[in-house]
Amino acid sequence: MNAAALFATVADPTVITLARIQFAANISFHILFPTITIALCWILLFFKLRFLKTGDQSWMDAYSFWIKIFALTFALGVVSGITMSFQFGTNWPGFMETVGNIAGPLLAYEVLTAFFLEATFLGIMLFGRGRVSERTHTLATWLVAIGTSLSAFWILSLNSWMQTPTGHEMIDGIAHPVSWWQIIFNPSMPYRLTHMMLACGLTGAFLVAGISAYRKLRGDHQPSVNKALRTGVVLAAILIPIQIFVGDLHGLNSFKHQPAKVAAIEGVWETQQGAPLLLFALPNETTRSNDYALGVPNLASLILTHDANGEITGLNDFADHPPVMPLFWGFRIMVGIGLLMLASSWLATWLGRKQNPLPKWLLTTLLGMTFSGWIATLAGWYVTEIGRQPWLVHGILRTADAAAAIPPSNVGFTLALYLSLYVVLLIAYVSTLFLIARKAGTPQKSAKDAPAKPTLGLTVEESRA
Amino acid sequence: MTEASVYPAIFAGLMGLAMLIYAILDGYDLGVGILLPFSKTASNDQQRDRMIASIGPFWDANETWLVLAVGILLVAFPKAHGVILGELYLPAAFLLVGLILRGVSFDFRAKAAVSHKRLWDHCFRIGSLIATLAQGYMFGRYIHGFDTSLGAYGFAVLSAICITAGYHFIGACWLILKTDGDLQARATKWARRSLWIMAAGILAVCIVNPLVSERIYDKWLTLPNLLLLAPIPIITFGLVLVVNQFLKGFPYSSDRFCWVPFASAVVIFILSFHGLAYSFFPYIIPDQLTIWEAASATASLKFMLVGVIITVPAIIGYTIYSYRVFWGKSSNLSYDAQ
Repeated sequence: MNAAALFATVADPTVITLARIQFAANISFHILFPTITIALCWILLFFKLRFLKTGDQSWMDAYSFWIKIFALTFALGVVSGITMSFQFGTNWPGFMETVGNIAGPLLAYEVLTAFFLEATFLGIMLFGRGRVSERTHTLATWLVAIGTSLSAFWILSLNSWMQTPTGHEMIDGIAHPVSWWQIIFNPSMPYRLTHMMLACGLTGAFLVAGISAYRKLRGDHQPSVNKALRTGVVLAAILIPIQIFVGDLHGLNSFKHQPAKVAAIEGVWETQQGAPLLLFALPNETTRSNDYALGVPNLASLILTHDANGEITGLNDFADHPPVMPLFWGFRIMVGIGLLMLASSWLATWLGRKQNPLPKWLLTTLLGMTFSGWIATLAGWYVTEIGRQPWLVHGILRTADAAAAIPPSNVGFTLALYLSLYVVLLIAYVSTLFLIARKAGTPQKSAKDAPAKPTLGLTVEESRA
Repeated sequence: MTEASVYPAIFAGLMGLAMLIYAILDGYDLGVGILLPFSKTASNDQQRDRMIASIGPFWDANETWLVLAVGILLVAFPKAHGVILGELYLPAAFLLVGLILRGVSFDFRAKAAVSHKRLWDHCFRIGSLIATLAQGYMFGRYIHGFDTSLGAYGFAVLSAICITAGYHFIGACWLILKTDGDLQARATKWARRSLWIMAAGILAVCIVNPLVSERIYDKWLTLPNLLLLAPIPIITFGLVLVVNQFLKGFPYSSDRFCWVPFASAVVIFILSFHGLAYSFFPYIIPDQLTIWEAASATASLKFMLVGVIITVPAIIGYTIYSYRVFWGKSSNLSYDAQ
């Protein structure tokens, strides 16, 4: 097929569906790893700074343990991220054609300001201890942490712009930039960025707490494990109330700019005052009502309008609205996990004060919640992304108009290829995390004489363990 | 030249630079991946560790140059990005799978159970090989403007083999630079083996390109261009001969010149690249779409250029710094050597 024919043909629905599943699979797989590395890097920096301040070796032990998990997670994030940069063009040529003038520079700034910074200083952070001064090594940790967060800044800026586009003008159906300030700091960007960064913080905190709890349950009571566990639960305990507050603000922002999304989240079909907050329901698109609804009267209106009798526009009053079921339940899963996070982290912080050992059942709970951040993040993310449908860029570009006319067999083939790879890698990743945790708990004979300095040997050394 | 025509040219140059740096940097680490030895001896295990240690601190940043190159294609020439990656959909998917496999194996091998380490080493090698072959194939398809004749496909396959030889060669040269002893001697053999396949590949491109494109024929083989451009092929093939002689006499009593093969490989890559860039300019899709036809809005390019001017020198600066930090033989980095 030549270049002209590629665009002349209109993508058929099968391809659009497959392309969407493929993109969703890739981006879902990818997001798992940055959510960890964005937070874990700051946690590592905290360990390092505590070590420098107190001289307590156990902080450095915590650093040495968690940097292995960081390196592995980072590698998975990088390679799955490269897939993204290719797929914008292969699966969604219409996206770059219509809004490339806006999306392009934002993506470019991510690569230029963040990618290289992270990738280069990661080498020094991982292998440079002993080759550079302690101060330079700490600086490298700082730079990687800043780089990962900067990456999130640009991506969230673009994503927010796709939800609430401003600062552009349309000329012949193509978006042109007018004010970069308005584009970057578009109306939903501050909320979305904060919400996502806090989600990363919680994901990282529960990972650290969960793996540390696992080590403790296996009888590994090194001081570094206690320090990491404490860091994880306290961080989670601090972040979760902030997250609930920010999430509420984010919801108000969406209510203002994307009311159809919020109506789907709340399962509100008819415009009504004093809408109830539904705890359970099965939204039914055919009857356009909710089956088995169980709700708290007036609460949804109270939350969204801060008035018990406030009006919420129902789905029936929108020309387009997103699919209701995934939004309704995605939101409830996210909030449910958030509440579990609140309970478990506060309990663990309270019970663990004054160096009290945590009871076994609580350690088991934390272990069970090791990946709770992933589920909450994915659920929340589906709510926000599916909630934008049928638009790819709200009010500017429909998803169906952006898809590529690629033969369905090709998309299907690569989808199967990616999916099988992702399943294998995810299993390998999770089992390796626990393997690293088990290995760290088994004291090695050589551990004493192994010098702390030249750390590229780390790879060699560990593989022998 | 008007403002609107300058910016696309700048970004085309920048994309070329990113691709060239990518080919050199990820070229050597992909090459090292392909070269991993696998017979069941303990020394092979150690050599694999050392080879992988030699690229450990760098591969991640090396790969970022690909993200930058594809990124510039995407953001500065969105029309070309859609067409090129649409045409190369399947090989691009294989490239990605190869890069994923390789990137994760690198970390898994060190952290997995000992019994799994060999498996990840195999994945590392296979991933490197898939990525390299896919790149060569994509390159071959691109050169012929995605022509669908049998000859064009045959050329793409040839290109896949020759690019693999090229990465194989620069990877071996990297090992000559970064290792010593038995591994260095083996690397010398690997380098000699791939040198000639690579040279044959460059020659094939030199012959095929002017034959299939009248435009390229006119650009190279008319006076005075012919004379002005002659140094490019002459130096390239001269270097091939010099490196071959150098490798024949290896190892030398002092290791002082261990950098010569790698430096020559870099020069060969740069010259070949310039030959191609000269041939294709100003087309971004050979003979179909020029850089100006494919470019984004000037306002967007301007906004990006500000970032480029500030960040690219910084990126180059800290990349050099990182290479300086890990200067010297990679064996010094591992516990093996102590």
